[in-house]
Amino acid sequence: MAQALVQVRGVSKSYYRDSLEIPVLRNISFDIPEGEFLALMGPSGSGKTTLLNLISGIDQPSGGDLVVAGENIARMSEGQLAKWRSQHIGLVFQFYNLLPVLTAFENVELPLLLYKLSKADRRKRVETALTIVGLGDRMDHYPRQLSGGQEQRVAIARAIVTDPTLLLADEPTGDLDKVSAEEIMTLLSRLNKEFNKTIVMVTHDPRAAEKAHSIRNLDKGELA
Amino acid sequence: MLMNLIYRNSFRHKLRTILTVVGLAVAVMAFGLIRTVVDAWHAGVEAAAPDRLITRSSISITFTLPLSYKEQIEKIDGIKAVTYANWFGGTYVDASNFFAQFAVEKGNYFKVFPEFIISPEVMDAFNSNIKAVIVGQKLADRFGWKVGDRVTLIGTIFPGNWDFDVVGIYKGKDQTIDESTWFMRWEYIDETMKEQMPGRAGEVGWYGLQLADPSKAAEVSAAVDARFKNSSAETLTETEKAFQMSFVAMSGAILVLLTVMSWLIIGVILMVLVNTMAMTARERTSEYAFMKSMGFQGYHLWGMITGEAIVISLTGGLLGLALLAAIVNVLKAGLSAWFPVFKIQPLTWILVVALAIIIGLIASAFPVIKAMRMRIVDGLRVVD
Amino acid sequence: MIPASYTFRNVTKHKVTSTLTIFGVGLVVFVFTAVLMLAHGLFATLVATGSDDNVVIIRKASQSEVTSIIMREQADIVSTFPEIKLGQDNKPLFTNELYVLISLVKRDDDGSSNVTVRGVTEKSMEMRPDIKILEGRMYQPGTAEIIAGKSISNRFKGCKVGEQVRFGSRDWTVVGVFDAAGSAFDSEIWGDIEQMMDAFRRPVYSSLTMKLNDPASLAAVTSRIEGDLRLQLEAKPEKEYYAAQSTATTQFIMIVGVAICIIFSFGAIVGAMITMYAAVANRTKEIGTLRSLGFSRLAILRTFLFESFVISLAGGIIGLAGASFLRFVEVSTVNFNTFSELAFNFRLNGPTIISAIVFAVVMGFLGGFLPAVRASRLKIVDSLRAT
Repeated sequence: MAQALVQVRGVSKSYYRDSLEIPVLRNISFDIPEGEFLALMGPSGSGKTTLLNLISGIDQPSGGDLVVAGENIARMSEGQLAKWRSQHIGLVFQFYNLLPVLTAFENVELPLLLYKLSKADRRKRVETALTIVGLGDRMDHYPRQLSGGQEQRVAIARAIVTDPTLLLADEPTGDLDKVSAEEIMTLLSRLNKEFNKTIVMVTHDPRAAEKAHSIRNLDKGELA
Repeated sequence: MLMNLIYRNSFRHKLRTILTVVGLAVAVMAFGLIRTVVDAWHAGVEAAAPDRLITRSSISITFTLPLSYKEQIEKIDGIKAVTYANWFGGTYVDASNFFAQFAVEKGNYFKVFPEFIISPEVMDAFNSNIKAVIVGQKLADRFGWKVGDRVTLIGTIFPGNWDFDVVGIYKGKDQTIDESTWFMRWEYIDETMKEQMPGRAGEVGWYGLQLADPSKAAEVSAAVDARFKNSSAETLTETEKAFQMSFVAMSGAILVLLTVMSWLIIGVILMVLVNTMAMTARERTSEYAFMKSMGFQGYHLWGMITGEAIVISLTGGLLGLALLAAIVNVLKAGLSAWFPVFKIQPLTWILVVALAIIIGLIASAFPVIKAMRMRIVDGLRVVD
Repeated sequence: MIPASYTFRNVTKHKVTSTLTIFGVGLVVFVFTAVLMLAHGLFATLVATGSDDNVVIIRKASQSEVTSIIMREQADIVSTFPEIKLGQDNKPLFTNELYVLISLVKRDDDGSSNVTVRGVTEKSMEMRPDIKILEGRMYQPGTAEIIAGKSISNRFKGCKVGEQVRFGSRDWTVVGVFDAAGSAFDSEIWGDIEQMMDAFRRPVYSSLTMKLNDPASLAAVTSRIEGDLRLQLEAKPEKEYYAAQSTATTQFIMIVGVAICIIFSFGAIVGAMITMYAAVANRTKEIGTLRSLGFSRLAILRTFLFESFVISLAGGIIGLAGASFLRFVEVSTVNFNTFSELAFNFRLNGPTIISAIVFAVVMGFLGGFLPAVRASRLKIVDSLRAT
């Protein structure tokens, strides 16, 4: 393996409240190889979500470099980042973030609108993604007609429909009951094994972390 | 697909959207109503023929000219025909039943003013009876007059009770023509005056001049006025359009106030929609953040939020126009005393649609800027 | 009872929404007030024209001076009525006047409008004590000198002191400007009646005005006129005559103006309703908390109604304050009754202020009522669970 898929190099991040600097991440460096399933753990306030946000390109570091799939996203402009995200990143959140006015099918279709694809192509991809997550029969349901676990599976389908380089999940089981959480974790690990998706997941649930290949612990903005 | 999203978002918060749409519709209706009233004021100007001049006393329209001017005007180059009329100003039963009453030259008047459609039989009846009167369709409808009726007016300018025989009902050649005028015989006034007040016989309110060539209006006007310069009754000749416009100009201040009012209404519409969009955008902050995280860019959000605002404002605008059409139909009859021609002008339709789009753009500007500037991480944190 | 400070803090917390709603209500109240001020200004101008003990006489059924014609012989008969008060010089306070409309050119836009020219006698001024020469001097009887009302002087060409204006085939010199205390006379030009009758070739008068010994003797004057077949005239108190001259225009302003105001106050009500519904939705959890603490449904209803009351009252005050500046604006328009130009001001009076505030509060109440009811009906358990 020549180079890791994700290279985190001396990344730091601070927030400012009034004139007070609050460091969240301090000089972090590590690699994530392709095909990895990594769990980021740590107590709340440790900076794990911030790190995930930086890797997903929805936030930018105060210092250091972040190379993902050969491109340094720490040096990109807003517009470049948006385009980059649409091509490389699939995001899954704790509260699913589905648009309530759209059906499961339409929610999954949403990111494909950023691509130049025919309607038929889009349909094929959406159906594939929803079938993979096991919701091929719920395509026309609205989010409010689905259970939490089902909603999260739609969110995962939406994250993988563009076939992203990286799948990033922030507490994907945080809002679910035990059984549903189990199902989601099984689905993620299947995506990792069968489809060779590189996954980075933030969680504080040790049972969820068990499914991952490796675990990195963050504490007070540093890797433990 | 994004259109679909815009559409569904627009009606997501049903109660709020319905309230906003109804509010906009009612305000648009008020806006359109004011414009229609202002336009109705200009109806006479719109209907003026380009080949006609009006000659009146230079002092003001309330002063008369001698009948002898007719022959003299006819001799001036460039004039095809001359006719005359006078304002009668009588009241029917009650002073509030106002309508325009013209005492006109028999025969000739309707040749110079051919926009009033009168059958040859009615014309003959008019010419052969000094008490004859031809009334417009709307006026006849308003008071329930039929051919053969005898109607009495009380003179304000020419004292006494005056009896008339309705010999016909005219229609306008198109919608812009006033159908609520009363045409009586000029000789009726004149004969009566000869008996009662000989000093007031032979007086004409104004002359209507038909031009051989409309492009010569300025020269002919000047020639007419020069002809009577320094006489006992100097004249002022202007195109029919300018003549009608001078009536509109006199109530200019009211028209300006009405117009200002109509634009203030647009201001209220704008505030209602800005309010709605601000609330909507606040509730959707996390959705916008999430869409940005997927790679949607500023212009996508702009399209989405502005699209929603425009969907709402256009719905309100179109509903308002429908309400306007309905109310104008209802008011037409009641207002016919003031506005013989009362209809929605095409410009009002166009203006409402254009304004709906502009208002949508403005109302969404603030939320759009906010959504564009928002940092994704901050937006995602808002769970609402 | 939930404290009022809770309401005020909520109004100030949602700045954008509250401001927009307040201004929306304010704008509607502004227009509403402006319409009332305009109608009142017009009415007040015409009603202010005239004294209680003056009587105007015009030809029967002519309705206004424009169409009225009175023969010299008729005027002579009326001038001997015993009900007429005598002036300081022991002559009857009686005047015969000529009223004509002339077309003059405006200063600002070269458009023309009908202006009233009144041929007056030496008694005309004495009988209307409110009229004062503001600038220059009185005209000399027997000359082509005129004085112009202050509204005319500023707006029409040739009507300032020292300028000349041409009408009736003559050049007239303006030697004075008069102030008629905001009455319709401010929109007139005055000159010697004999000169005017000559210039306009009108051998007849338009109206007669007399001052009565006693306002109660109007009935005597009326019956005296009716008893004399040579006099086809009618007498009206001067105030009543001028008030009647405002009916068509005031009616128009009131009907069109108030109709439009009512229609578009809908916009403001809807705005208030949207704001209040959102306020209820945003504070669902707070409402649940308050209810669980023991506040009654009525207390919740009252609080939300109070909030919309505060918003609409603020809007009403802003709209009223804005409209009050219109007092300095002079409007001139043609009076539909006389067809002459009439200048008047927007006028603010007590009833207008009260109407505007009531109007604002009613809008607030209508806008706030349904949302407040919704707030008071929320179930405690459901609302506590809301995010």
